[in-house]
Amino acid sequence: MSGAPPTNGFSIIGKPLAMADSHAKVTGLGKYADDLSVPGMLIGKILHSPYPHARIRSIDASRAEPLPGVKAIATGQDARNPYGILPIGHDERVFALDKARYIGDNVAAVAATSAEIAEQALDLLRVDYEQLPAWFDPEVSMKAESGWIHDEKPHNIEKEYHHIFGDPDSGFAQADFVAEERYYAGEVNHAAMEPHATLAIWEPDDRLTVHSSTQVPFYLHRTIAEVCEMPMSQIRVIKPLIGSGFGGKSEVIPLEVAACVLAKKSRKPVKITYTREEVFLAHRGRPITIVYLKVGITRSGKITAVQARVIQDGGAYCGYGPVTVLYSGALLGAIYDIANVRYDGFRVLTNKPACGAMRGHGTVNVRFAFEAMLDQLAHQAGIDAVEIRRRNLLKAPCITANSLRVTSYGLPECIEKVFERSGWRNKKGKLPYGKGVGVACSHYVSGAANPIVRSNMPHTTVNIKIDRDAAVTVYTGASEIGQGSDTMQIQIVAEILGVRPARIKLVAADTELTPIDLGSYSSRVTFMAGNAALNAAKDMRDQLFAAAAKKLGCSPTELVANNDRISQNVSHNQSVSFDEAVALALEFHGALVARGTYAPPETARGGSFRGAGVGPSPAYSYSAQVAEVTVDPETGHVHVDKIIAAHDCGKALNPLTVEGQIEGSVYMGFGQALQEDMIWQDGRLMNPSLLEYRIPATKENPQIESIIVESIDPEGPFGAKEAGEGSLAATIPAIANAIYDAVGVRINSVPFTPEKILEALRAKKQSAGNGSAALSSKSSVPGTAQ
Amino acid sequence: MNKELIHLRINGEEREIAAAPNRLLLDALREDLGLTGSKRGCDDSSCGCCAVLVDGVPMLSCVALAASYQNCAITTVEGLGGPGDLDPVQEGYAESGGAQCGFCTPGFMIATKALLDRNPNPTMDEIREALSGNLCRCTGYMQIYESVKYALEKRHSISSTLASPAPVAP
Repeated sequence: MSGAPPTNGFSIIGKPLAMADSHAKVTGLGKYADDLSVPGMLIGKILHSPYPHARIRSIDASRAEPLPGVKAIATGQDARNPYGILPIGHDERVFALDKARYIGDNVAAVAATSAEIAEQALDLLRVDYEQLPAWFDPEVSMKAESGWIHDEKPHNIEKEYHHIFGDPDSGFAQADFVAEERYYAGEVNHAAMEPHATLAIWEPDDRLTVHSSTQVPFYLHRTIAEVCEMPMSQIRVIKPLIGSGFGGKSEVIPLEVAACVLAKKSRKPVKITYTREEVFLAHRGRPITIVYLKVGITRSGKITAVQARVIQDGGAYCGYGPVTVLYSGALLGAIYDIANVRYDGFRVLTNKPACGAMRGHGTVNVRFAFEAMLDQLAHQAGIDAVEIRRRNLLKAPCITANSLRVTSYGLPECIEKVFERSGWRNKKGKLPYGKGVGVACSHYVSGAANPIVRSNMPHTTVNIKIDRDAAVTVYTGASEIGQGSDTMQIQIVAEILGVRPARIKLVAADTELTPIDLGSYSSRVTFMAGNAALNAAKDMRDQLFAAAAKKLGCSPTELVANNDRISQNVSHNQSVSFDEAVALALEFHGALVARGTYAPPETARGGSFRGAGVGPSPAYSYSAQVAEVTVDPETGHVHVDKIIAAHDCGKALNPLTVEGQIEGSVYMGFGQALQEDMIWQDGRLMNPSLLEYRIPATKENPQIESIIVESIDPEGPFGAKEAGEGSLAATIPAIANAIYDAVGVRINSVPFTPEKILEALRAKKQSAGNGSAALSSKSSVPGTAQ
Repeated sequence: MNKELIHLRINGEEREIAAAPNRLLLDALREDLGLTGSKRGCDDSSCGCCAVLVDGVPMLSCVALAASYQNCAITTVEGLGGPGDLDPVQEGYAESGGAQCGFCTPGFMIATKALLDRNPNPTMDEIREALSGNLCRCTGYMQIYESVKYALEKRHSISSTLASPAPVAP
């Protein structure tokens, strides 16, 4: 064998490699959807409802149609078929057919030779609306007796689920301390830097080619077929570079189908690009969540029971709603060893933009509530906040009370890592007034074990081709959206075939060229597409080994692949180059093809109760974090000095991208914790821009230190699990708990704005009676619920 | 509005477009000249994705009229360096994780290039300050700082190899 020996037994796995598409990105030459244009391309613009709830009596396009340059006008009549990401939630139409259900709902669209003409035409459309009473507050909306947003959804309740595991009543009876609070989390948006864009090209042979900013090209493919009433075989969806998604591009977004409808109607290429305001109105972000939580613990800190009533403000359409509210229940207690859980989850419709999946889908707001309450109970029981978590750990491998299979569990190590690294024992409760530390944990799925559309098909397939140039071409449906999934698959294939990554060309997410992958959501890609790539590469390696073994006169089992060579085990020192092995194998087979698939095992698919399909995953990631904050008691301003985040990703296939994912998750949690909040007034979003909806910039962002923990999952590719979402949920409660340590107030409403902090400090001062003494103490006060 | 001929000096090349006087520089770059590396991420000049260098100074091309910059040297991300000829700043963002989705990256690299050209040894606070007009939603900024440091070290090693002084702002 030649070349450097592999480190830790691996040549490429575990190396901090630059992303495969990094040069396309840093040269500005890589193409995102809005960068694409074709000759004769029209620009599409969408007319949005100005009313939150209104019947559409008629639409008069007679003044817009004659405008020179207008090539197509589409309304609800042009695309009557409903769609939605969930089979149980086909309640959207491209353009409202009967009613507009939120300010920003899609009413009509125009394709014209320029953006200016399309906008002029929108101004000339006359829509006759009949305004209807509207619902904005989910706790009011769910009591509605009439005037429902969708006639078939009584009381505006999209879905409700009621789960009982173990015996919560006797669990609470055994508790020595019980806390009960109402928590509130405001609505947040993904705010991916790339606004959505779609280019739909009507081809000369009446086919449709669609380039779109999507995390789910294959769901988009199916939806376009349904809405445009075309066979899927006539439609090709291609995912270009994606300017990140975080879930905001993980279901079909109205502009994607609107562009297709306009392209079909005009028989021309049509591009639609959202403005930032339209991105906020298309939304699909994390819903306003109200959590009524009750937790009991024994004197020694063992959690005896958990009870949660969760109400999510889902907006006007179903979207991923039932999944979101099920995740909230499924992952609420499953991070710890908790036998008794009662969960009542309500997904409620309101006349606002639809919510959906956002990084940490369904888990973030309930995790905040739970981890903040655990901190409160630990304080009451006189147990250290780190210690109480140690006392409630699962003993993996195990099955949780709600039938989730846990195969690897790095949480204990995550907790110890942040405990040591933060200097917890010298800081907790010991810092001067105004400074504090807080700890919290979180976990997340590595892909959903049950697909959105129930079937037994593999969730993903990867093909590999090698021909006479000895280039390795990987065909994968997985959607690179900036998280590094292309690079991950290249690394896996390169490791197994023993070739340098540069030899591998990856073709991804093109419905005409690549096999189906369900998409980039629920942190499924490393585990699922990674395993499929691993299986395909092993299949290909077997073919090459068979040919090489024949030449070398040995058994294929004696061969290893490394450094672009296939060699007999070290002692024998016989080898062929990779190119030679390819040439030998081609003689037998012609062009080499290999296939790998992945489907989660039956044992990972969870229980059989109603709603049991959401939550099961082949493996779970775990995180623990310590936040260190400075609170100014005069202004109420919270400065997060540092966040130390340890994340169990199973095995870091690429530590550079894993750290990037951990830090990005912490960053997004930090934004939600302190400054991001969609402000609503009568159904109108008051801050639909990045100037007013403030995501953190460099000057606000805390220092983040990421620590990788590797629990080596038995079923993950090389032991890997997810890294992209799980860390987010711990950040918010870690900051909340640090605020308490700093100034002695619990803020039960996210974001933790200066106003809320000051109000809590004032309330504390009043309840203490003597202002100056109370303001400088860290003594406990009840939470301030919104 | 009638179109007029606008002369632009972009990435060292003289270009001409016929555009209305209210044509934004970003639209001129993306739509008239096919330089789509500069991105539009917002409606209100708050994201920094469209930043370009105008005579070495980073500016938002989404709030600049193309016609107003006819006598200036404009550098876009495409002008920093191409395949096989990356600027140390581009190398830094590629190698150190500064570019995840890559959409904000052109703007960040422009801001970084301007910083390093005028201040070859910035402190951490100066780096944060110089990049504070750009938003990134992916990285949490930590690997962006690493990318800047990579570029810094690369520039220093190049300048010491060539035994020439560090570049200065024009």
